[in-house]
Order: sequence, then structure tokens, then C-alpha cells
Amino acid sequence: MRRFDGKKVISLRKYYHSVTLKREKCMGCTNCIKRCPTEAIRVREGKARIIPERCIDCGECIRVCPYHAKVAVTDPLDSIHRFKYKIALPAPSLYGQFKNLKSIDSVLKGLLGLGFDDVFEVARGADYITEFSKKQIRQWKGPWPLISSACPAIIRLIQVRFPELIENILPVVSPMECAAQIAKREFCRKHGVDEDEVGAFFITPCAAKVTSIKNPIGDEKSAVDGAISILEIYGPLAASLNKIESKPDLQKATLLGVGWANSGGESHALGTDNYLAVNGIHNVIHVLEQIENGKLSDLEFFEGLACVGGCVGGPLVFENSFVAQIRIKKLVRGMRVPDKTDKNLDPVYENFDWSLKGKIYPKPVMKLDEDLSVAIKKMEEMDRIYKRLPGLDCGSCGSPSCRTLAEDIVQGDATELDCIFELRERVQELAREMIELSEKIPTGREREKGDKR
Amino acid sequence: MASKQGNGGNIRQRYYIEAGNFATAGEAASNIKKLLKQLGVDGATVRRAAIAAYEAEMNLVIHSLGGSLELIVNPELITIIAEDQGPGIEDIEKAMQEGFSTASEHARELGFGAGMGLPNIKRCSDEFDIQSEVGKGTRLEITFIL
Repeated sequence: MRRFDGKKVISLRKYYHSVTLKREKCMGCTNCIKRCPTEAIRVREGKARIIPERCIDCGECIRVCPYHAKVAVTDPLDSIHRFKYKIALPAPSLYGQFKNLKSIDSVLKGLLGLGFDDVFEVARGADYITEFSKKQIRQWKGPWPLISSACPAIIRLIQVRFPELIENILPVVSPMECAAQIAKREFCRKHGVDEDEVGAFFITPCAAKVTSIKNPIGDEKSAVDGAISILEIYGPLAASLNKIESKPDLQKATLLGVGWANSGGESHALGTDNYLAVNGIHNVIHVLEQIENGKLSDLEFFEGLACVGGCVGGPLVFENSFVAQIRIKKLVRGMRVPDKTDKNLDPVYENFDWSLKGKIYPKPVMKLDEDLSVAIKKMEEMDRIYKRLPGLDCGSCGSPSCRTLAEDIVQGDATELDCIFELRERVQELAREMIELSEKIPTGREREKGDKR
Repeated sequence: MASKQGNGGNIRQRYYIEAGNFATAGEAASNIKKLLKQLGVDGATVRRAAIAAYEAEMNLVIHSLGGSLELIVNPELITIIAEDQGPGIEDIEKAMQEGFSTASEHARELGFGAGMGLPNIKRCSDEFDIQSEVGKGTRLEITFIL
């Protein structure tokens, strides 16, 4: 797997993406191009090609590729040794990966067994963000419904396909960012070390989060230093579970914070009844269409998560989404219920501002041209081409649909003969012409009897 | 169901809307929105046009005997024309009032017929024209300036 050393790469590239293609494994099939929610993939010269401006790192292509040619670039476990002190930031979805898990604490202690000096639950970050978000929602002056900013793939989807809904996004940082900031601060204070010596590593269920570490949405720099996929850590961590018994309890997050792993968990934590929680990116798109049409303005909160079931269904997890969802539900049963006098939580959320500082910009990469009159001309041309295409959306040309092929032709990225049906017709025409011509070739000898010419 | 023809920097697209067909209701407006986004029309205008198109389409589905929605785009203007074959509006002034509706019980049960359709279209548009004759039909011309 291709690895990289985060910081050096970002400064060189305009678009950093965790989702990448393993060229040698790609068979040039149509699975990924048909599934991509932003039409960001084409097959050209027998290999898939990701259009970087359009890719939102949702990971749908990773899930659907039968040849495992789509991968998420993450950091290897041993990269944590770049830092003198290392903190693990486990996503709550990690807890749903293990069968017969005794307690969340055994996962946290297991992480310590893998060489981390400390762990800080992202679920606890979610607790802080929940409290901060409640305050933000109470003071909200913008349009309704507020849209959750928890899923970075959905935020990028909005930037690309629903730029008008950017102003509905709840402007708070992610639980991961919040956790990284508090974890580092607490660690440095406790051990009297410099923040530069401490690395915070997110244990991630998805590629979208990896991208937002290297290339944060809104914020300028992430406090997270690397991301290790759940898939990579699953084996070593499973072996490390229940090894450390002696340490005091590490688990601090409330059941509400842990609940963020599942779809609807954030909404439940916020304590609103007037919410809609939708999971699976194609489902989310349908609802965003409705919000854009002004149909859901009586709704207070919209939680859209790109993966089926929520973060537990991430493309980089080991366990089946539905199995993991139930495990999370069982785990939180009997966990402590947060109360208003929570000593661990109150002082911190009161004193810190978790609002998103940077602006989220629209990325209108779907448009045909900067100039409207040129765009109109291109669309007319697109339409003429589209009418000649068979309308089967077979994808054999390497574009996801006949419409996108027409668009690609107009944009100079394909030709009409990339359509195998057009090509077949042309070949047939040529064949007919050849037969006709061949009949006209003078044989140079006398015509036989019965030859009518 | 859609036909489109252009003549010199002009997009024309017509969608035929069936009366009472809720299975396809909203499709035309959704296509119009997609098309305007692809043209690179600014977001706020796309949103206004999409809302107006959606309301007009729903009006055709709920109230009319069937009709069409036509989109015309040139570099200066977006025009949406909603035309039907009847039954026509008796009192246009009343129909333009917020909260007034003649929607059937069935449509109301589905959450339509709040009497916000026409006023909402007018509010979204830059120019709005409505003509109607009972027994003949209604024609809306909704314009957005680019």
C-alpha cells in the first residue's frame, strides 16, 4: 500500500485525497463509475481515473470495487513512532468491531498495549461537541434545518452538489478535532512536555476523515497528526485486548457520545425530537434535494451520514455495519447517563469555543463553463450528442451514463466513438460501403454469363 | 417526456406533466434544478427557480387537467412557463392570497394545498405573470433575471 508522510504532501497538492487507485489492480470495469455520487470517476484506456476536483472521499468506490483497486491511504501503525509521545483517538465505531467485548475499557487499554502513551475517546469529544452544539442551535439565526457537520463526506458533497445549503451547516468542529485538542492539552499539562513532542492518531472507520486531517474543511490545520484505519489496527488490537488489567479506568465518555457511532446518535445526543437522521450517501442526496427545495424548513436538525448505518458502516471497518450497530447499542446499555453536574465535562465546554473558524466554500465543479453563454452553447451541443447516444447508460464508454459521456465529449475528454454502439454502427456503415465498393472493383476479365452488371 | 431544442444561445426544454400523477411529480423541477446548476447559474437563483418550478409542477399535478412546464434559458434570463388545459382559475386575486386553496381532500391529506403555492412562486420570482380563463386553462410566466 502506498504510504506517505502527511505534512510534506499537502503543501504540494491542491487536492489531497485519501481515496486513490491502485492502477495495477484496476480491471477497467464499470462498478465504481456507476456508484460514485459526484460522477468523479471515468475509465480511460482501460483504467479508472478519479477526477480530483470532484472526489469527496466518501469511499463508495472502495466498497464497490470487486478487485480492491480502490484504496484509502492511511498511516501505518508504526508511523506513530515519529513522535516521542503518542495518543490514540479511537472513533466510537471501533467499539463495535469486537465480539464479546467486556467493556470499552478493554479496547482503550488494548490500545495502550500497542505502544500508545495515552488514549482519548473521540466519543468524549462528541460529548463536548454535543454540549457546544446545543448552545449553537439555541442561538441559531441562519436557515433551517441545521445540517450536521459530523460527516466530512457529506460536507464535501454539499460543497460540490448543494452549495446553497452551506449556510445550513452547523458550524462546529468535529468530535475528532475536539478530542485531539483536549487530549494534547491535557497530556502536556499532566506530563510537562512540549506539544510538538505529542502526536495524536485517529483510529478511523473511513477515508473521508483521513482527508479532513490532511486537508481540513473550514479549519486551517488539524490537531490530529495521523490516521490509522480500523482495518489495520483490528488484528493487533484484538490480540492486545484484555492484556492490561492493572490501570485505572480510562473510559470517560457518556453513552450519548458513544452513540455517535450509529446513525441518529448525534441527533439523540442533542435531545431534539424534531430531527431527521439519514444514512447512506444516496439516501442523503435525496433528502438534501428536498431541503434545497425548501420542503423541510420546519425541521430543526438534519443528520446525514454517508455510510450505511452511520460511522459503523465506514469503508475501513472490519465488522458488518448492522452487527456493529447492535453491539454499540448493547455496549451503551448500562453506561452512565450524563447529568448536568458532570464534573468532567462542564468546565471544558464552557471555556472553549468549538465553532468552525474557517469558511466552507462552494466547489461548483459540476458546471460546464465559467461563462454562462459558453455553458449554454455547450449544453445545446451536449443535447444534440445525447440524442444520438443509445440511452442505455451501460458505462462501456468509461463514463457513468450517456448524459455524462455527452458532457465529456463537449468538454473534450471523450469522443462519440467511445460509445460502443456508435462505434458498431460506424463499423457496419463502413462494412456496407466496403461491400459496395468491392463490387465496383473491375475484375480485369470478361464478365461471366449471368453476371448482371 | 422532455423535448429540448436550442436556437443560438437559447436552452428550451419542455416537460409534460400528467394530472394527478404523484409518482413522477417533482421530476421536472428536479431536472430543471440540475440543468441550471450545470449551466453554472448562481446558487441563490437556482434555488429560487427550483422552488418556483416545483410549486408550479405540483400545481399542474394537483389542480390542472394536465399541462406542461417549459424552461427557457439565455444569458440574461431564465423563464419558466407553466401551461395547462384547464380547468382555469375563477378568481385569480383570491388564488394569489396566502392560505387560499381549492385543493381536494386527497391532496390535503398528502400535505399539499396549504394555499402557499402561487404566492410562493411569486415571492421567488423576479417577474411573475398569471393568466387564466375558466374552461380554457392557466398560463404562468415566471422570470428570473441573471
